[in-house]
Amino acid sequence: MGAAPASRDVTSYGMGLAAPLALFFLFFFVAPLLQLLWLSLHNDTAALHWGLGQYLHFLTDPFSLSVLGSTLLLGAEVTAVCLVLGFPIAWLYQRVGPRLQTIIILIVLLPLLTSVVVRTFAWIVILGRQGIINATLQSLGIIDTPLKLLYTQFGVVIALAQVQMPLMTLPLITALGRIDPNLDDASCSLGAGSWRTFFRIVLPLSLPGVIAGCTLTYAAAITAFITQSLIGGGQMLFMPMYLYQQASTLQNWPFASAISIIFLLAVLAVVSVFTTLGRLSRGYGGA
Amino acid sequence: MAGRKRTLEAFSFELVMTVIAIIALIIIIAPSLVVLIVSFTSGFSLRFPPPGYSLRWYAELWDAWQLHFAAKNSLVVALWATGLSVVLGVAAALAISRSPTLSARLLDSLFMSPLVLPALAFGLAALMLFSLVGMPVSLLTLVIGHTVVCVPYVVRNTVAALAQLEPTLLESSAVLGASRLYTFRRIVLPLIRPGIIAGAFIAFMSSFDNVPVSLFLRDAATDMLPIRMWQDLEGKLDVTIAALSGVLIIATVAMVAVMERVTGLSRRLTN
Repeated sequence: MGAAPASRDVTSYGMGLAAPLALFFLFFFVAPLLQLLWLSLHNDTAALHWGLGQYLHFLTDPFSLSVLGSTLLLGAEVTAVCLVLGFPIAWLYQRVGPRLQTIIILIVLLPLLTSVVVRTFAWIVILGRQGIINATLQSLGIIDTPLKLLYTQFGVVIALAQVQMPLMTLPLITALGRIDPNLDDASCSLGAGSWRTFFRIVLPLSLPGVIAGCTLTYAAAITAFITQSLIGGGQMLFMPMYLYQQASTLQNWPFASAISIIFLLAVLAVVSVFTTLGRLSRGYGGA
Repeated sequence: MAGRKRTLEAFSFELVMTVIAIIALIIIIAPSLVVLIVSFTSGFSLRFPPPGYSLRWYAELWDAWQLHFAAKNSLVVALWATGLSVVLGVAAALAISRSPTLSARLLDSLFMSPLVLPALAFGLAALMLFSLVGMPVSLLTLVIGHTVVCVPYVVRNTVAALAQLEPTLLESSAVLGASRLYTFRRIVLPLIRPGIIAGAFIAFMSSFDNVPVSLFLRDAATDMLPIRMWQDLEGKLDVTIAALSGVLIIATVAMVAVMERVTGLSRRLTN
């Protein structure tokens, strides 16, 4: 009941309260990942012989490398589309009244909470041979035979961009909300045009939000198993499906483990690059 | 002259930004509307616009026992995983939220890491661990796996709610003689409740919709709804799935509307 420490005591809780979740994570999150790492360091499926064979196999196999490359590229394309489409939404959000703001947020939020299978299914209906795009173009007489939109890179990118757009837009709305609106007026009254003000003032100051949005979008886009497999079809293979095939169909667990670890490291590398950029940009934004 | 040039320039900027924003909003909302419209078709294909309208596929849904079975499993798992996430996550959030120590920050990163790591890799890892310790896949293994990937939402939203809590409130309560437990029940809990509910809601939705973890931790006896739908869609384009999608979209809209009232969900996710 000492006076000085008591004032600190009542506003914080003991670390012991985190123990149950910490133990739960130790058993069911950390331990499985360690076992994954352990198994990936074995050359045979019975896990008797230690070695880097699985990693060597992946890194010397042109097919595996092309799957990794196309997955990382897909993430970049989706992130770019989300940024170009998502930024104007965040910009518009800051310009409208509270009623429209709520409507915009709900439009952005609803897909995030709607089942991914449902959202992907919608794109099959839109992009299919008898889908809206083909039906419209045909009835206008622009094309005779239906365009192939499903099972193409274009289809996967546009569907994934729609599915992940909320992850980009929400941090951008937050970041733009923190910018002092007077800066905009100051820039304009000093003679800079709207475009210049946007690229020289608004965009740099919103960089923390841009980076947070890009991180979330990228990480989600490259692991989006359902959308990749349903819109991409059998011909296009990305890391999640590759992993699943090796683990489930071929029962090659050590190789599947190595794919998982390589995939994990790739995601971590991208996230840490973004995080570092984020730290730098915060320094820039504060200056 | 210069003034007119500037207004034209400002106008071009606003026009471009507004047009892109409206196109982007249409791209976001259109797919759900398309599925809703197609689900009321009277025909056998997913043609848009439908040749006519009827409720036949919703009636068909009534007899789709495989989908009922999978939906029931998904619901049971989502409810248990959400409950477990709330109990474990709120306690952990209380411990780490106001602590500046390194261990608290490390725990925070650990609890958040399932959000960025590829969930499919975790699903495979969990399956291997369960088979190593001799636990066959069941609803229990699904609940455990789902809790790992859903608990971050509860932790994050509860920590955010705690950060907005005035410490002086807790001090005043203590000075007036209230015990810690009493202060928690009467002061802390009511104030952070909307945050907890918002986190629990997002955790529930993400469990109900989870594919990567369920993919490995389920079998025929524990079929899950998103996986059943995915496999149905890979085989043939069934209009029954459109009707089911319609049901899910309407249910989501209704729940989001309730959550917006109860917790101010939209403001919570942009702060």
